[in-house]
Amino acid sequence: MIDEMLSQLSQWLQGEGLESEIVISCRIRLARNLSGYPFVTRATETDRRSIRDIVYRVANEIFEQSSFYFVDIDTLPTLDRMYLLERQLISRELVESVGIRAALIDKNESFCIMINEEDHLRIHATTSGFEPMRIWQILNEIDDKLSKSLSYSFHPKLGYLSACPTNVGTGMRVSVMLHLPALAVTKEIEKVFRSLKKVHLAVRGLYGENSQPVGDLYQISNQITLGKTEPELIKTLQNFVPQILTFEKQSRDFLMREQREILLDRCSRAVGLLKTARTIGSVETLHHLSSLRLGVHLGIIENITIDEVNRLFLNTQPAHLQKILGEQLSQNNRDVERAKYLRSNLGSI
Amino acid sequence: MKCQKCNKPAMFHITELTGDKPEEHHFCELHAKEYLNETSQNSDTESSDGLTAALADSPVQKNPMTKVSAELQAIDRQVCPVCGISFYDFRNRGRLGCANDYDCFAKQLEPLITNIHGASEHVGKKPSEIKLQLNDSMKLIKLRRDLDTAINEEDYKKASKIRDEIKKLEN
Repeated sequence: MIDEMLSQLSQWLQGEGLESEIVISCRIRLARNLSGYPFVTRATETDRRSIRDIVYRVANEIFEQSSFYFVDIDTLPTLDRMYLLERQLISRELVESVGIRAALIDKNESFCIMINEEDHLRIHATTSGFEPMRIWQILNEIDDKLSKSLSYSFHPKLGYLSACPTNVGTGMRVSVMLHLPALAVTKEIEKVFRSLKKVHLAVRGLYGENSQPVGDLYQISNQITLGKTEPELIKTLQNFVPQILTFEKQSRDFLMREQREILLDRCSRAVGLLKTARTIGSVETLHHLSSLRLGVHLGIIENITIDEVNRLFLNTQPAHLQKILGEQLSQNNRDVERAKYLRSNLGSI
Repeated sequence: MKCQKCNKPAMFHITELTGDKPEEHHFCELHAKEYLNETSQNSDTESSDGLTAALADSPVQKNPMTKVSAELQAIDRQVCPVCGISFYDFRNRGRLGCANDYDCFAKQLEPLITNIHGASEHVGKKPSEIKLQLNDSMKLIKLRRDLDTAINEEDYKKASKIRDEIKKLEN
């Protein structure tokens, strides 16, 4: 499975779709639980196995068998789990928790079902660019197909029941991953965060809850899941995200106009460092790749495309790097190999 | 949602209305207590002043800290007859044990849910059909728990009987 994935770029990183110079990807996930079983925290291993087997059986009925990977996460080596986490296919909770748990991954990586994560099922679909309604259509169809064979836990008043009351109702979380380097440089980002809070949107780092923003990448998502329809929840983001995009574009224009030399310096230094470093950590890499991505978008840096930079964002992550090289490496060796990988991939700039 | 001071789930959602603008705080039990103690020590008036929009019916909002513990303890002792989780377990882990908890702990959860979502009723999509009635679903959860106990106690006769009951309900 991993070998096949190595040869392709995750669909959500392809740098296509609406506003893809700022919007890296857009994702929707649905939390679902099966009736007749306790939630995951109270489930025995027998329950967990039954849930895994039921989803596996139903998936084989509704999806083409050759179109997905079914991965038992509890028996998967740690490095492979980290690889799936870096590709945003599975969550940190699924990587780190214990007990029988699995993931059904579409071979195009356009959707995934995590089994026995916080809820029995976490179904998510991701695309490149900002097209949440399109994702909702895909996901809604998958959810409808599943619900024909699965018995979902549904409350007449509260809707889809979830293990945590923060997800009850629609069980839906819409999130958009944005690259906001100019707002970060001009320190306008705090204002954006404050206004997001007012409309009940949350900001997180690259790897979701509790992760720190790195590489100027931010995930914005709805906080509430109850009392609004799924399209209404999407609408909240559709109303707000374009405003953030406008702010980011204005900040980029401002930097080009008023602080051109500083901006050129930042981008050039990033290229210089990435092309010459002999050892470099993953966080520092993301930081400089962020400047590189900004430079490519503004036309300061040539001979490399946005999706090639996106590829570097992913392939320089620890598990990806080790998988590409085909060996497990200590952190020091990883940093050396990462620098080597960057030098060999940035020769054209 | 996580506590803003640690990684535990935030169980107390407090809105301070004392300053120019409302300030939202999200805490786990420990940090909520710490925060409320600080607030009461810093306040010139009664301890509950300034906490006008905390988790609606939460005892934290309604009572001075001395009464909070006793009331919380009584709530904590409530146990769901279906999955066996106590409200204390939920407050500590931030996760419910089964669908029945939403009804079993409704008095505590309803204000919490309204506070988190600003709403109390689902208006989104519904499954095309409800395959398992709520009652049967709860029976199944309970039976699966009993089956696990019977197997652990090596009471295989009982386990076999429970298995038959589960199959009957599943069909």
